[in-house]
Amino acid sequence: MIFTIAGRELRSLFLSPQAWSILAVVQLILAYMFLVQIDLFMQLQPRLPTLPGAPGITEIVAVPLLGNAAMILLLIVPLITMRLISDERRNQTLTLLFAAPISMTSIVVGKFVGVMIFLLIMLLMILMMPLALLLGGSLDLGVLAAAVLGLFLLLASFAAVGLFMSSLTAQPTVAAVSTFGVLLLLWILDWAGNSTEGDGGQGGDVLGYLSILRHYEALLKGVFNSADVIYYLLFITVFLVLSIRRLDAERTQY
Amino acid sequence: MSMDSLIIVENLYRYYGELCAVHDLCFEVRRGEVVGFLGPNGAGKSTTMRIIGGNLAPSGGRVLINGIDILDQPMAAKAELGFLPETPPLYRDLTVDEYLAYCARINRIAAGQRRAAINLAKERCGLTAVGRRLIANLSKGYQQRVGIAQAIIHSPSVVLLDEPTVGLDPIQIREIRSLIREVANEHSVVLSTHILPEVQSVCDRVQIINRGRLVLNESIEQMREKLQATTLLVALRSPPPVSELESIDGVVSVEPVDDGRLRIGYEVGNDPADAIVEQAVANGWGLHELTPERMTLEQVFVEITTGDLHGHGESEGEAA
Repeated sequence: MIFTIAGRELRSLFLSPQAWSILAVVQLILAYMFLVQIDLFMQLQPRLPTLPGAPGITEIVAVPLLGNAAMILLLIVPLITMRLISDERRNQTLTLLFAAPISMTSIVVGKFVGVMIFLLIMLLMILMMPLALLLGGSLDLGVLAAAVLGLFLLLASFAAVGLFMSSLTAQPTVAAVSTFGVLLLLWILDWAGNSTEGDGGQGGDVLGYLSILRHYEALLKGVFNSADVIYYLLFITVFLVLSIRRLDAERTQY
Repeated sequence: MSMDSLIIVENLYRYYGELCAVHDLCFEVRRGEVVGFLGPNGAGKSTTMRIIGGNLAPSGGRVLINGIDILDQPMAAKAELGFLPETPPLYRDLTVDEYLAYCARINRIAAGQRRAAINLAKERCGLTAVGRRLIANLSKGYQQRVGIAQAIIHSPSVVLLDEPTVGLDPIQIREIRSLIREVANEHSVVLSTHILPEVQSVCDRVQIINRGRLVLNESIEQMREKLQATTLLVALRSPPPVSELESIDGVVSVEPVDDGRLRIGYEVGNDPADAIVEQAVANGWGLHELTPERMTLEQVFVEITTGDLHGHGESEGEAA
C-alpha cells in the first residue's frame, strides 16, 4: 500500500515538467561547481606530492561538491515537497485516501517514500560526477560513502520537514516558504554555538548540537559516528509522526 | 436492529466549534435500499455523509457499516464503503484507466481481479470509450461518472453519493439514476441531493434533515399517501355562488384562484369530483377544467424545513 502511494507520488512528479526541470537545473549548477573544483585540483596537483598528509582528489573535488549540493538542495527540496499533501487538500482528493481502507501512517510514509525515490535519483545523478573521476584516478571510497550517506540522510530530513509543513496548509507556497525557513534556521543554529564557543556557553553547545549542518559536516569528513546517523533518523521519525498526527487531527477538527 | 442493516447511525453529533452541524441523528439503511437524503443548504447533509464516509470524526455517537464500527475498526469498515464526495476526488493529471487502477489498488482489490473490476466499473458508468483520456480534459458529466466509478469499483456494500447528478445533462441524469438503481440491487445507497424529482424516481425512502436534525424519515409509499390530493382545481365559465359549491357533499372550502379558477378543498376519502361534474352539467356552469391538485415533494419539503420551527422547540425541550 505504501508503494502504491509512493508510485503515484513519483508519477505525478514526473508527469509535470517540475521534476525534469529540477533535475536539470540541479545537475547544471553542480556540474559547473564540479568543474571549478577539478580546475582547482589541477592547479594544486604539482605541489600536492611534496606535502605530507596532503588531501587527495576525494577531499578536494568530491567532498566540496557534496557540501555544495546540500546547500542547493536546501533551496530545492521545499519546492518538491510543497505539493505533497497541500495540493491534495486543495483539490479535495484527500477524501479519496481517507475513504479508502488505508491507515494515515501508510499515506504519510507512502508520500515520504515517493519523494525519497525521487531524491535518490537526484543523488545518483550527482554521484555520477565524482564517480567519473575513477576513470582517470582513484578515490577514497570510504570517505565518499560516508559523505553520500550523510547527504542522503540530510535530504531525508529535509523531505520529512517538507512533508510536515505541507500537511499543515492548503497552499503549496506557504508550505514551501515555511519549510525553507525551518530548514535554514536549523542549518544556521550552530552560529550561536560558534559565537559563544569562547565563553563555553552551555546553551550554544545545545543549539550547535541541534544544528542539522554539524552532523553532516562530520560525515562529510568521512567520520562515521552512529550518533550522527541516529540524530537524522530521530529527526525524520519525529516529523513523520507529526505529519501522521496532523492528518489524524484533520478529521476531528477541520 | 435487524441483521440486514448495512448502515446504522446512532445518536450522531458533530460540532464545528460552537456550531452544531449534526444533532442527535439516528437512522438505519437496509440492504438493497436507496435512501434519499434531503435538506436545504447548510442542513448538515454533507457533514453527515463525510462522517459516514470516514472523512470526519463525529463529536459523539457512532456509525456502523455492515456491523463494523467506523471509529474502532476504520480499515475494515472503509473496505465496505464507497464514497463520492461533493467534489469528485479526481487526479486531473491521470487518464481514466490510470486513475481507476490507482483506486483499485488503494481499495485493496487483489491483483488478479483488478482488470475485471476496472472494466466492470467503466462499463457500468459508461466510461469505456474514454478510458485513455486525461481526466482534466473530460467534461463535467464524465468527471462525475469517473467519481461514481471510483466509488463502486471495489463493490462496497454501502455506496454514499453526495449530489451525484450535479452538472449532468438530462440523458446522463437518467443513465446515472438507472445506474444507482442497479447498484442498489446488491448494495445500499445513500444519496444526498437537493433535486426533489430525483428522490421520487430513485429512492425507496426519504430522509429530510434540517439544521442538523432528522425531521422526516419515511418510505416513498408513505410519502405518496401523504402527497395525495386534497384539493381540486376547477374552472367554470359561469360559476354559481360559492355557497352553492360549498353545499356539495365533502367540500370543506372554496377559494378563488387569481385567474378565475376555483380551488376546492375536500375531506380525505370523500372526493366530490363526481358530484361537481353532475351539478355542473345539470346547472350549466360550463365546466371546462377539473384537476386534482397533487402536493409535490417540494411542497412537503418546504413545509417541513420552514414550518418546523415549532417542532424544533419541542424536541429541544425533550433533550433538556
